Amino acid sequence: MPENRTPTSPASSRGLRYWWRLLLDRVVTVLTVLCAVLVLAPLVAIFAYLVYRGIGALNWAFLTQTPKPVGELGGGMANAMVGSAIILGIASVIGVPLGIGSGIFLAEHGNQRFAQLVRFTADVLNGVPSIVTGIAVYSLVVLQQKHFSGFAGGVALGIMMVPTITRTTEEMLLMVPNIVREASLGLGIPRWRTTLSVVLRTATSGVITGIMLAFARVAGETAPLLFTAFGNQFWSLKLNQPMAALPLQIYVYAISPFDDWHRQAWAGALMLIVLIVGAVAAVRVATSRGMVRGAA
Amino acid sequence: MNSPTLPEREPAGSASPAEPARLEVVSRVPRKLARRSRLADVLFHYGTVACCLSVLGIVALIVVELVVHSRLSQHTFGWRFFTGDNWDPVSGDFGALPFLYGTLVSSFLSLVLAVPLAVGVAIFITEMCPRLLRGLLSFLVELLAAIPSVIYGLWGIFVLAPLLRKVVQPWLAKYLGWTGLFTGPPYGIGMLAAGVILAIMIIPIIASITREVLTAVPQMQREAVLALGATRWEMIRTGVLRNARAGIVGGIILGLGRALGETMAVTMVIGNSAQIVKSLFAPGYTMASVLANEFSEATGDLYLSALIEIGLALFLVTIVVNILARLLVWTVTRGTPVSTRA
Amino acid sequence: MGVGMEARNLNAWFGPAQVLHGISMDMAANQVTAIIGPSGCGKSTFIRCLNRLHETVPGARVEGKVQVGGNDIYGRSVPAVEVRRRVGMVFQKPNPFPTMSIYDNVAAGLKLNGFRNRRELDQIVEHSLCQAALWDEVKDQVKKKSGASLSGGQQQRLCIARALAVAPEVLLMDEPCSALDPISTSKIEELVFELKKDYTVVIVTHNMQQASRVADFTGFFLLGYLVEFDRTERVFTNPADKRTEDYVTGRFG
Repeated sequence: MPENRTPTSPASSRGLRYWWRLLLDRVVTVLTVLCAVLVLAPLVAIFAYLVYRGIGALNWAFLTQTPKPVGELGGGMANAMVGSAIILGIASVIGVPLGIGSGIFLAEHGNQRFAQLVRFTADVLNGVPSIVTGIAVYSLVVLQQKHFSGFAGGVALGIMMVPTITRTTEEMLLMVPNIVREASLGLGIPRWRTTLSVVLRTATSGVITGIMLAFARVAGETAPLLFTAFGNQFWSLKLNQPMAALPLQIYVYAISPFDDWHRQAWAGALMLIVLIVGAVAAVRVATSRGMVRGAA
Repeated sequence: MNSPTLPEREPAGSASPAEPARLEVVSRVPRKLARRSRLADVLFHYGTVACCLSVLGIVALIVVELVVHSRLSQHTFGWRFFTGDNWDPVSGDFGALPFLYGTLVSSFLSLVLAVPLAVGVAIFITEMCPRLLRGLLSFLVELLAAIPSVIYGLWGIFVLAPLLRKVVQPWLAKYLGWTGLFTGPPYGIGMLAAGVILAIMIIPIIASITREVLTAVPQMQREAVLALGATRWEMIRTGVLRNARAGIVGGIILGLGRALGETMAVTMVIGNSAQIVKSLFAPGYTMASVLANEFSEATGDLYLSALIEIGLALFLVTIVVNILARLLVWTVTRGTPVSTRA
Repeated sequence: MGVGMEARNLNAWFGPAQVLHGISMDMAANQVTAIIGPSGCGKSTFIRCLNRLHETVPGARVEGKVQVGGNDIYGRSVPAVEVRRRVGMVFQKPNPFPTMSIYDNVAAGLKLNGFRNRRELDQIVEHSLCQAALWDEVKDQVKKKSGASLSGGQQQRLCIARALAVAPEVLLMDEPCSALDPISTSKIEELVFELKKDYTVVIVTHNMQQASRVADFTGFFLLGYLVEFDRTERVFTNPADKRTEDYVTGRFG
């Protein structure tokens, strides 16, 4: 063991090195603030632009009319908005039951091999690029039916909803304390009833949150609709025909060479963002207010 | 006496205090009702299993469809498909290298731009920001993730591209043109625009995972570093970032996964030109974009098959990247993001 | 060598709630001062005020004076960073840096302060580990083993070595043995006895036997007030205040 080292203060406490450390600390603080500003800047810019360009074009005609033929001014995206609603409806009918059902299974059988496989697969499905999903549905549905359809679009979006809903349902169900389950089972209520009427009901707000999140995510998706719903310039409420959708219409208009269509694209985008942000904000409010809980 | 129908799930270790009452009640339940309820239990159970099986089935179907329909292209081109740089639908010669290049370059560029900003924002929110602002800031960052791709693309075409063309690209060409990365006519649209848009889109993912892993670092570690006489940045560097390294890398890889598969915004600003050029000002083409643009107009089986092979490649790459990312994040946050199990 | 530490009229708050009331106490140089008291009496808060760690909690506030070798650490121009280097701390639960080797753990504070010379670092690391009575046990694996792979007692000694490496004048110990087994505890108590030759030690403990074993002086805290402060033998055998007597004889707490 070396002789007692005189405990000298490392370097000189008030020396150059020390001031350099303090300076570095300040610089880093400034840099992180800068990062925050730079990250939020596009957010502000995008929203500002959406309002600025979109508000002017939002008028009654926009909301109620279908697109006019190329070259003519005016017209609207009414068919696209209705079409989106229909497609999202189909997507929910497919995605919600599958998602909740799988979520229930995963919550009840957490660590078994099969459950782990399902969870892993749901994660994989979550990571599949949406355009690839669109292609797969094209080949599975559109090719079989020999035409584009709103139904196929709904299938594609429904598939995309499943992983999110599965995961949130599982999480929410697991947050319900076991005591609730046991109390119900102890009263003689059968297993399936317990899960549905008791556990699920306690976790309802959380599950709905998950559904809304999944909904908000797919509501803005365009790629999977490119080769499934395909889009339609006219009114079409038939499920087995190509159907217009809001994101699709925005895309088509945005890349077109017509100024009037650009204007309408902004209006459509504004509508879309209002819908989505509304859903996301509602979810945030619900979670932070504590309305979303496993149980009291 | 009928044996009462006991539910399979046993409360952990303890006898249910309601047991005597339950036995009494259930034994009064007529046999038919008990059997019907057991049937319902079974049906319900298999119903949920069916849901799970359909999830597995969906992924299996996707894989099958992609593999089967790309067979033709695989047989025709083999591995040349990914090394050839000539994408010529007219003559039937398909080389996907330009798309690979475009995907990789645009994603890599987006990472270079996004990672410092995302990690910086995450550090700001977790370590430096006043408590009150924390919720608001994290909400705003997550809002970036909620904006649909097509709206990013719209903004990219009409706001970002002109900005790049008029301000940023001339500046870059003037001061950094010697690198060879910033040469050529400033269209605005092109690889650089795609990289920037992708960066904005993946910042929320990286930031949110980074925030998660930073928050998971125990307060004790921070205090241990402070107690040695460290400045705040030194505390963050040694006590927080070091511990969260693996998770942050996982978040970055997850962001990469998202960037690789991103379609609409990129398609709208990248210029859609299948060429391999060093300069970032030049238009390019990504795997996802070529699918978006050419799929519905593909004539001929070989064309379609080639496109689907690109889809398959994209699928496989994003899956591998996502799995890698999840593993990394898992090792830091120690477990699936679900609450404690029974 | 250690220097003395004096607290003068120290008050501390967590938000609106006041947790320390007018504490005045002398911690003599090269002596061990123990702080005892029931849970919630403010002992941890007090010790964290001595190295200005209390103020890092949002909403926390300190008023009063704490002098180390004559300088008030709460003085206007005194940076907290310097205070914390001169007043080291060992925490209740051992918290070595898990991603670093034993060597890097001990050297962490040194590197922050600009020590780059390899030989110097090696010397100081070895010396600190010796002082913490850990060197013999880990000397072959100092650079290979991670800090977190040691046993609980060894980890705590590693934390002590880490704190000693930056040559503090005072060493604060916040219930250092409460997470350890009896053997590790006695090893650390021996260590404290050795350490006081070079450092001033202030140790918070909920274990009265420990206080009577290692400490020269003892202060008894109750509900944020310093009730009694005297030589350890006096406090335990002939306390002046009835409340102290009740506590040390086990009537409460």
